[in-house]
Amino acid sequence: MADRLLRVDHRITAALALRTSRLRGVRRAHIIGWVFVAPALLFYAAFVLVPLILTVQYSLFRWDGIGPAEWVGLRNYGTVLTDPDLLGVIVNAFKLIVFFSFIPVGLGLIVAAVMRRIATGRFGTASRTILFLPQVIPLVAAGIAWKWVLSSSGVVNQFLSAIGLDDVTRAWLGDFDTALPAVGIIGAWVLIGLCTVLLLTGMSKIDIALYESARLDGAGAWQEFRSITLPSLRQEIGVCITVTVIAALASFDIVYIATGGGPGGSTAVPGLEIYQLAFAARQVGLASALAVVLFILVLVCVLPIQRLARGDER
Amino acid sequence: MIVPQREIWTGRVLLFVLAAITVLPFVSLLSAALQPSDSTPLGIEWPSDPQWGNFVDAFKVAQMPALLASSLIIVLGVVPIAVMISTMAGFAIGHLRIPGGRYLFLLFLLGLTLPFEGIITPLYYLVRDLGILNTKWAIILPLIGLYMPFAVFWMRAHFINMPIELSEAARVDGASTWDLFWRIHVPLARPAVSALAILMSVWTWNQFLLALVLVEDPLQRTMAGALGAYQGHYATNIPLLSAGSLLILTPTLIVFLLFQRQFISALLQGSLKG
Repeated sequence: MADRLLRVDHRITAALALRTSRLRGVRRAHIIGWVFVAPALLFYAAFVLVPLILTVQYSLFRWDGIGPAEWVGLRNYGTVLTDPDLLGVIVNAFKLIVFFSFIPVGLGLIVAAVMRRIATGRFGTASRTILFLPQVIPLVAAGIAWKWVLSSSGVVNQFLSAIGLDDVTRAWLGDFDTALPAVGIIGAWVLIGLCTVLLLTGMSKIDIALYESARLDGAGAWQEFRSITLPSLRQEIGVCITVTVIAALASFDIVYIATGGGPGGSTAVPGLEIYQLAFAARQVGLASALAVVLFILVLVCVLPIQRLARGDER
Repeated sequence: MIVPQREIWTGRVLLFVLAAITVLPFVSLLSAALQPSDSTPLGIEWPSDPQWGNFVDAFKVAQMPALLASSLIIVLGVVPIAVMISTMAGFAIGHLRIPGGRYLFLLFLLGLTLPFEGIITPLYYLVRDLGILNTKWAIILPLIGLYMPFAVFWMRAHFINMPIELSEAARVDGASTWDLFWRIHVPLARPAVSALAILMSVWTWNQFLLALVLVEDPLQRTMAGALGAYQGHYATNIPLLSAGSLLILTPTLIVFLLFQRQFISALLQGSLKG
């Protein structure tokens, strides 16, 4: 329907274009417009859209990457959604959201509120710069540094021994119980700065008069925070959650460097599993099915957040 | 604003603790890097006999100049082209309002949340078939494509707010579409363009997955990819690994500290719009 309308529309445009030179100019401008778009579209199509379609295609086959591929229909998806190891990988990604998303956003809110109230001037700029540092370095470097900090002879254990907690010391990234939270802490460390500074920018846009009138009404710091700061930051909080949730679900660099998915798969995440399935285990079909599931999971998580955050503004 | 003394001090303590935790891994790396290279360091120790020579050794074994050159070439290969073509596309969609532009824009948006892992497998076979596996092109060309969703989104957001009268006036004076773009709109778009360029440079410099999968030789990789390879080789020699990691980090840190205001505002705008 829309297609036919479009065609009719084109024919009318074409007919009119013959009559008036002005319209002919517009039509030419449209063609030039498409010429402007073409290079970007070409790169995007070649290196994103085509691979995306290929991923979906691979996911329907059993293929070792070399020999002939065998059609298996949706069976790879069945495996992804029933195999306990692969399900565990997806569950791990969701557990990481707690660390990558909830902690940075929660702590970011508190820190930003504190900074706005007390850290003005140079002290504020300095702490902002420091907190932002992890955001600029490669995640690989964060992984290397933290792997050493959390190792059995690292500074965390050194500190714990110093305060008499020798019993608690362990190789944090090598222990079944603590490896995933430890990876989560690394992610939280990376993302706190971004969330803090984002929320701080949002807070600086709030009208000071709101706070003054609240204070006249006798509101305390907590009431002020709950009834003025939090609602005004809706959009910024939405952005923080979106960015951090994607970082958690699609995590790769940190896990690859810090644990490689171990011990015993306890820190395996979808990104890492795709990499290992496709390039080590040579199960390209299964890896692709997991990739499609990951993409859908990201969309399913991000779209509602976007809607909630933008809600009544647009 | 009048804030009670007690609150000021608890606030300061909180910020101080957080800043300390933020720099802790770096301090820990530095402490380890200054220990004798055949020793097993413990936590953070005051280096009684600091081994600055570790940095010299790491500089040699990591082949720092070659690494820097490789990363720079990749950034220079990606950023100018990506900025140019996304600015043109953003201009056409946001300002020229070409027919079908809305759908085209939605098509670009589709890629905005796509994790790179989601398409890395077919990218590998694609890059192999193009015959560019294990060359810098294997990183440069796919990255340009992968940046397009964000970059076009970003530039469209800029151009959609430019008044249409500006172009009409120029048209009356007989300017072609290219003149309009190149002489009027690009100069006005400089803040948006430079923020985009900063963002894409950082992302490229720090890109790991593509380097890991598509390029085997660390000397043809990005800085993050090279660092990953370096970690693979020296995982057991903590002092040398720490020294090398710090060296590889140094250029990023220097550039960040020099341009921190532009960095922070670009990264912030980047996540706000994305």
